Amino acid sequence: MAKAPCQEHPQKVLGWAAVDKSGTLSPFHFSRRENGDDDVTVKIQYCGVCHSDLHLAKNDWGFTNYPVVPGHEIVGAVTKVGSNVNKFKVGDRVGVGVIVDSCRSCECCQQDLENYCPQVIFTYNSHSKDGSKTYGGYSDFIVVDQRFVLRFPEGLPSDAGAPLLCAGITVYSPMKYYGMTEPGKHLGVAGLGGLGHIAVKLGKAFGLKVTVISSSPRKEAEAIQRLGADSFLVTSDLVKMKAAFGTMDYIIDTVSAVHPLAPLISLLKLNGKLVTVGLPDKPLELPIFPLVLGRKLVGGSDVGGMKETQEMLDFCAMHNIAADIELIRMEEINTAMERLAKSDVKYRFVIDVGNSLPSRY
Amino acid sequence: MAKSPEQEHPVKAFGWAARDSCGHLSPFKFSRRATGDKDVTFKVLYCGICHSDLHCIKNEWRDSVYPMVPGHEIVGVVTEVGPEVTKFKVGDKVGVGCLVGSCHSCESCVNDLENYCPEWILTYNSKYTDGTITYGGYSDIMVADEHFVVAIPDNLPLDGAAPLLCAGITVYSPLRHYGLDKPGLHVGVVGLGGLGHMAVKFAKAMGIKVTVISTSPGKREEAVGRLGADSFLVSRDQEQMEAAKGTMDGIIDTVSTVHSLLPLIALLKSQGKLVLVGAPEKPLELPAFPLLTGRKVVGGSAIGGLKETQEMINFASQHGITSDIEVISMDYVNTAMERLAKADVRYRFVIDIGNSLKSTA
Repeated sequence: MAKAPCQEHPQKVLGWAAVDKSGTLSPFHFSRRENGDDDVTVKIQYCGVCHSDLHLAKNDWGFTNYPVVPGHEIVGAVTKVGSNVNKFKVGDRVGVGVIVDSCRSCECCQQDLENYCPQVIFTYNSHSKDGSKTYGGYSDFIVVDQRFVLRFPEGLPSDAGAPLLCAGITVYSPMKYYGMTEPGKHLGVAGLGGLGHIAVKLGKAFGLKVTVISSSPRKEAEAIQRLGADSFLVTSDLVKMKAAFGTMDYIIDTVSAVHPLAPLISLLKLNGKLVTVGLPDKPLELPIFPLVLGRKLVGGSDVGGMKETQEMLDFCAMHNIAADIELIRMEEINTAMERLAKSDVKYRFVIDVGNSLPSRY
Repeated sequence: MAKSPEQEHPVKAFGWAARDSCGHLSPFKFSRRATGDKDVTFKVLYCGICHSDLHCIKNEWRDSVYPMVPGHEIVGVVTEVGPEVTKFKVGDKVGVGCLVGSCHSCESCVNDLENYCPEWILTYNSKYTDGTITYGGYSDIMVADEHFVVAIPDNLPLDGAAPLLCAGITVYSPLRHYGLDKPGLHVGVVGLGGLGHMAVKFAKAMGIKVTVISTSPGKREEAVGRLGADSFLVSRDQEQMEAAKGTMDGIIDTVSTVHSLLPLIALLKSQGKLVLVGAPEKPLELPAFPLLTGRKVVGGSAIGGLKETQEMINFASQHGITSDIEVISMDYVNTAMERLAKADVRYRFVIDIGNSLKSTA
């Protein structure tokens, strides 16, 4: 008979989990493995609330394995290190992102692209190599192999830096891979939420001209005055959209609802690239003529490997880039999820786990 | 009052034209401009029948102007050159493809990408700089600006070389641009017709492993036995498609009807590229998950610039590559169009203009 979550492993953990597709989270007792030779144990101080957490809590993508403890933007302090651990010591400030293991031997893993490993193991809703479920950062501590733990650089705040571990790398990685880093070029950012607002900040740090493309006119002042975007396009303003056709070298599309791609493709110049990082649950409509006649492309990108995630954290520390957050207590998570579903947050909720989740640890 | 086609220009010309969207072609007297300072005039010997010719005569893209003389895979022998022409002389073997004009000053033109110039002038069914409609290669003579004429090396038979001018460049350009031209890569070719068979030949000459993906099991012998493809996948065979998942660095998709992209995206390795060169009229469904989780790309490409077209012809000459053709007489053209609509040709009809286009004048 399968063991109960609180009996699977030797160390008891308290977290919050969703148990069905209502997505409502509530306290949940489970367990984690002992700290192994290659492991690092992290007492969790903060955990960002990613939109994926909401999708998975509600089984929007159809592959949630309940109960699910979400959370993959984890920042905390090292409390234990295994005998083989050389990168970290007790007391270090560290982060854990979207991935906690991979096969380590395939072509992707060898190229520091663990995120594309066919056997990648996610921080939650996955299965570890021992077959047990993985549980995420809405919990008091986590045990992770040192390869998948990130050093949090000095100067990067723990709370506002937490969302970089998913939102940050999700936009940083494609910006590097698809060449969106040439100063003076023009970047469009579609969607101004958790991902989008960080893309604006990174775009400005890369020396790009940045235009935010949004369905909400009320976000314009924020985008330009506070985030530093150069201009703002409302997708329903057909006149302004048409005037901007053929002006953008690249677009990062962070929108996770189903939306038309045709207007975004029209905004691209010749050889322009539209990179989608949001995950709509249904296919999008792709018009082919404009792709062919403008030699344009649509690409995808999915978080980043460990080496690149560390590089991103260091880059953000150097350029004073962190997320704009609203700090919440653990027990406020369900209200936060409701507000997140309506995009009512500027721009990431972060759970103050350390101060609001009573820990036996 | 507008001049009739026969009176528009000083030099008499004769060809076959469609008069309306039923697409029936018949003898047509018209005229061409006198050889200008930068022009090359040549006697047309052969003209390939491109599937675009069929789309256009039937007004499927809703921009056809009648009477229309199609044909943009034109080869022949120079009979006159203007005083400023430097690259060609009387007696040279030359060709003209899809373009006869562009603005020469935009970013595309300056980068030898006349095919992406917003003011491109197509070989037929376009408005030339003097305001008259352009007429294509189903005709006895052709006059074109030197910039848009390519040299056909002596070792290439003119009839087999004609389809290189559209089909050839259409697949050659994306193989180069998307980096799918390196020896040892594995590239899939979807559709084995005019474009597809050329893609197989070019890719093999580049040292690439080629898999043909087709709905017709009957084409296996051709693909592997005659054209030299390394393997053949029947796209409706789930087992075969499943076994080939994640094996291709790139795919050149030549299919111009609506079809599913998901199984093709699945065939790509991580970071693989699906390039569309056929252009279905209606949008295709783009599933976001597979694109993201493999950092894959869907891109487009349209013919090629003149510099690259000449490079492609030279490459074909070096490797002895020509199109597989069925040579027909001019008066067979309507039957050929009916057969082309049913894909009943291996793999390009080429009209023997020189020997069969008889003026009734």
